[in-house]
Amino acid sequence: MTRDTAIRLDPPKPAGQSRVAQYALLLLLTVCFCLATDLTSWFQDWQGNRTESSNLMAVAMGDARRMFANHFFVKADAYFHSGFYPSIYDNQRSFKTPHIAEDSGAMRGKNTGDETSFLGPPRNWIDSFGREFFPSVHTHLNEGGADGEQKEAEVREILPWLKLSSQLDPKRVETYAATAYWLRRMGKPGEAEDFLREGLRENPGNPQLLLDLGRLFFDSRSDLIRARNVWEAALRNLQSATAEHKDQNKFVEEQLLAASAKLEEQANNPGKALGLLERLKAISPNPQAIEEWIEGIRQVMKPKPMPAP
Amino acid sequence: MNTTLAIAGIVIKELYRRKDFYVLFVLTALITVLMGSVTLFHDTHIVRYLKEMCLLLIWICSLVIAITTTARQLPMERESRTIFPLLAKPVTRTQVVLGKFLGCWLACAVTLVVFYLFFGIAAMSKEHHWPLTNYFQALTLHWIMLGIVVAMALLGSLVFSATSSNVTISFVAVTFILLLGRHLDKVAMQIPQPASGALQALFFTIPHLEFFDLRDLVIHDWPPVRWLVCLKAVAYAAAYAAFFLGAACLLFRRKAIN
Repeated sequence: MTRDTAIRLDPPKPAGQSRVAQYALLLLLTVCFCLATDLTSWFQDWQGNRTESSNLMAVAMGDARRMFANHFFVKADAYFHSGFYPSIYDNQRSFKTPHIAEDSGAMRGKNTGDETSFLGPPRNWIDSFGREFFPSVHTHLNEGGADGEQKEAEVREILPWLKLSSQLDPKRVETYAATAYWLRRMGKPGEAEDFLREGLRENPGNPQLLLDLGRLFFDSRSDLIRARNVWEAALRNLQSATAEHKDQNKFVEEQLLAASAKLEEQANNPGKALGLLERLKAISPNPQAIEEWIEGIRQVMKPKPMPAP
Repeated sequence: MNTTLAIAGIVIKELYRRKDFYVLFVLTALITVLMGSVTLFHDTHIVRYLKEMCLLLIWICSLVIAITTTARQLPMERESRTIFPLLAKPVTRTQVVLGKFLGCWLACAVTLVVFYLFFGIAAMSKEHHWPLTNYFQALTLHWIMLGIVVAMALLGSLVFSATSSNVTISFVAVTFILLLGRHLDKVAMQIPQPASGALQALFFTIPHLEFFDLRDLVIHDWPPVRWLVCLKAVAYAAAYAAFFLGAACLLFRRKAIN
């Protein structure tokens, strides 16, 4: 028996049965339509509705996207090291805080140990041989990069991952702060300001972002008045901040006080600078250095002895 | 040798008759061009993310082509019964296996040349320089690595009863080696015996495909790998490919065809 003849065709259904099936289909279609009209109005009012969002990531991934934000921030740090970065199986003590965030002052450094030798000595010939095929030397992109001859502008390569990280988690202020710092270093204060303002739209009045906006006015634009206004607003906002991010808020406050004191010193307001430094001394992990700074200002403030007639 | 080359030629012809390569290439090109068209912070010179994505796609596509093309060679010959007229000719079973291997491996070379040419053009359009030595090393070692994968998949097609299971197991094995192969000994040091010993044994037994992955060096513009090191890697790959091929020849010689 061939395959063709083996196929058994069902006998045709009677006309009555076929009509019942058609009516059933029609009924199901009507039920679907009625339910759709009812559910649409509910869906539009539902809090979890993503169709209003203009962010493609938010629509596609919902809140799960925040889990990946840190991954891409770390990836930017890996790019900063031209691919020389510890995996989850390596000793990560020297990379606990991403260097791009530590250098930018966006996060307090918690790194310990030698960042150049997390790989340790080769464990066997496979490990030793394998190191020839992946980056195994510690370098920074802003200090010559992989071959030591790359321009500082190469640091731009970290930007796509930072941008992606910010889109995945717009509430992660460290991303905006670190990105703005590196944009300023690259001579792009306009882009840095735009990005910080984007961060402020997502996190209104955030002290960390205001600190960085003030730095931009102070360092890149030499606009002391706007810098002072922004930093004063940041200090006010810090006072009303919740205890949720206590450590980070303290770190931001230290930086705000130091930056404001420096501004006042430069603006020839030593009295105001001293007041800020006294506040800083009380919370700083290094009060000795602040005391020396205060002494320096006091020396300048001392009236010079009148020359003898 | 001529017989082996003739069989290899048929496999290469099969590659360009099928649509797999074209679809994967167009997909890679489309995604790369789309990603390349994005301008971030008004900087048109940012290129490394594009290189990373393009190379990742090339690696995925090359593995798909290598494994799927190889895995169906011998089962397809058996199913369509073309293996009988083939073996009725003065062709030994070893020559069939070698011909299939050579054909699949050369087909991979052709696809890799096209993919890397596209990668080079895409990268050059943004960074305006072409590190030919790095690209050549990356392409060559990638191709050498595919030799091991093709030999492994060919052996798999004789061990596993269905093509789909061979393809799945080959993909899982290759992905496992590429992602975890380098770290197995570190994990072994942190777990108790006898699991530690078994993991150490696995670490020294598996072919370390990550030796042939120069993506990070290419992406971040590291200097080329020393040629002597490359030669050692080629010898390492040749040993593993020879082992898998030898095992495949041995199995195919003993295997009943119908």
